[in-house]
Amino acid sequence: MTAADLESTLVGRPDLERPRRRAAGGGTRRTLGRVAIHVALVVAGLAMVFPFLWMLLTSFKTLPQLLQDPLSLWPDPWTIEKYVDAWNAVPFGQAYLNSIYICVLSVVGTLLTASMAGYAFARIRFRGSRVLFIVFLATQMIPKQVTLIPFYLLMAKFGWVDSHLSLIVPAMLVNPFAVFLMRQFVLSLPKELEEAALVDGAGRWRTFWSIILPNLKPGLGALSIIVALDVWNSFLFPLVLLNSPDLFTVPLLLASFRGQFGSVDYGLVMAASALATIPMLVAFVIGQRRILNSMAASGLGGR
Amino acid sequence: MVITSGGAAGVPVAPPAHPVAGDAPTPAAAPAGPVRPGRAPRREAAWRRRDRRWGYVFVGPQLIGMALFVLLPFVASLVLAFASWDGLTELEWVGFENFTAQLQDELLLRSIVNTLLIALITVPVGLGLAVVVAVALEKLRTRTLYLILFFAPVVTSTVAVAMIWQQLFRADGVLSGAIAAVFGVAPPDWLGDPRLALIAVCIVSIWSSLGLNVIIFLAGLQNISPSVIEAARIDGAGAWRLFRSIRLPLLSPIVFFSSIVAFISSLQTFDTVFVLTANAGPDNATRTIVYHIYDLGFGRFEFGPSSAASVILLVLTLVITAIQFGAQKKFVHYEDDSA
Repeated sequence: MTAADLESTLVGRPDLERPRRRAAGGGTRRTLGRVAIHVALVVAGLAMVFPFLWMLLTSFKTLPQLLQDPLSLWPDPWTIEKYVDAWNAVPFGQAYLNSIYICVLSVVGTLLTASMAGYAFARIRFRGSRVLFIVFLATQMIPKQVTLIPFYLLMAKFGWVDSHLSLIVPAMLVNPFAVFLMRQFVLSLPKELEEAALVDGAGRWRTFWSIILPNLKPGLGALSIIVALDVWNSFLFPLVLLNSPDLFTVPLLLASFRGQFGSVDYGLVMAASALATIPMLVAFVIGQRRILNSMAASGLGGR
Repeated sequence: MVITSGGAAGVPVAPPAHPVAGDAPTPAAAPAGPVRPGRAPRREAAWRRRDRRWGYVFVGPQLIGMALFVLLPFVASLVLAFASWDGLTELEWVGFENFTAQLQDELLLRSIVNTLLIALITVPVGLGLAVVVAVALEKLRTRTLYLILFFAPVVTSTVAVAMIWQQLFRADGVLSGAIAAVFGVAPPDWLGDPRLALIAVCIVSIWSSLGLNVIIFLAGLQNISPSVIEAARIDGAGAWRLFRSIRLPLLSPIVFFSSIVAFISSLQTFDTVFVLTANAGPDNATRTIVYHIYDLGFGRFEFGPSSAASVILLVLTLVITAIQFGAQKKFVHYEDDSA
């Protein structure tokens, strides 16, 4: 893939909901074709949502119904008891607070450090910048899991095991993909923009802060969505690093829930899953246009 | 081309004034960084020196983070792979012993086979489905609802996804019930049968990553210039021919890139097997390499062997990436004039 290809994939501003430009002509055959596509996609779409619908329906069932008639779909009678039980059994509210604040700090930190580094790699000439940039790209090849044990030992040395610092600080300071993405966004800005400011005597920091950053808004928006999704859903590192249930993030709390409550009353497990997923799904539907376009723009996704 | 505004027609337009164009040295001398006009060369040099320092300041936070949180642990991982250590007693050098022991360890070999199987099933099936869905979506005028449906699993945490599917896959659950009713067979025990458990992991990971690939491919299809499609259509190309000879080749760089990303992330499968198949499935049927690393490191505190397994994962990742880049020449088509 040439650099230009990659750049257009990454920095292009896709609009996934833009309708296709229609060719002249058409008629019955074309309409029939579209109907067939709709039918096929509705079936596929139902397969995609079925697990969520089943989770919701199951979460409203009573235990006797689960045991007597496991194949039924519709709750009879409906009960919200499982939600009350799930909410009271484990600290869900606390987990949401933990996840939200870890996410916000990680995103804000990444936006700042990655756009700074991206700007330097795109526009400042300094010794070793090319080599450093290649090192940044190369570290993307190292699977995070490879460093799991030494990373844990390092956090233990810092006294950050069972502390949110072990999740937040590294997230703020390490994201080669974000650096790469922000570099591409800076490169797509016209050079004249900052040159005028520099000629007028603004320093690098002021130029960055008041000229570059405001112009990077679309890129920062896309990056914040990618990072937020990644941080919110991360599991292995929190699993290893956090021990106290009060510090758990939402996925971690959910996983611990599975361990505490057996598989007999799975309505309870589904209620807990719904508590963990529905707020995210609602947020996604509200912001879907920006989220989808950002994820498409990144071309590589969050993980 | 029809020119409607009379005045400018035919007259070359002066290039917009460039703030530094006049005094700038040749591009070869200073390809990046602005030059401040009207300054003495010495002050110019001083400014450049200071500017260089700003470069390090701006890269600084990410550079420190990378050195401390990635490179240092990475090197430590390479070192620990040659040692025997449980974190408490004295560290002991053992040479290649961890590797020879690991490569003969049935559990590691099984983890490697499982991980490769998961990748070899999910990547082609997942990307193939995503291409089909993206091509279908591209033909529609309204697709918002479909995009939401396909993408919903992507924004859901892998843990929640695995918890939901764990219940769907119950032996007395809806999926098994439906299969038993339709095919008249005994209801399959997805998560209890070692063979089916691995298939279940693949189904879940295809389901949860489909939407991501769909939107990336859809964005790629939208980037294909309509004139190319139109030209082919005028030449008499039908729908299949358009797909086979125009859309697919022009999409191939993106499909290729996604296949590398998907393969590497399949090699890192952990969350799904940890939650869906309760640790590593029946008889370690869904034990993956990352689960193996986790189990050795945090289940048994054998840091040396665990690090050796990490190094094996790294090597596997690099080898597979290299193979994919090798295959790229054969299958990937680049539109020459797209740059």
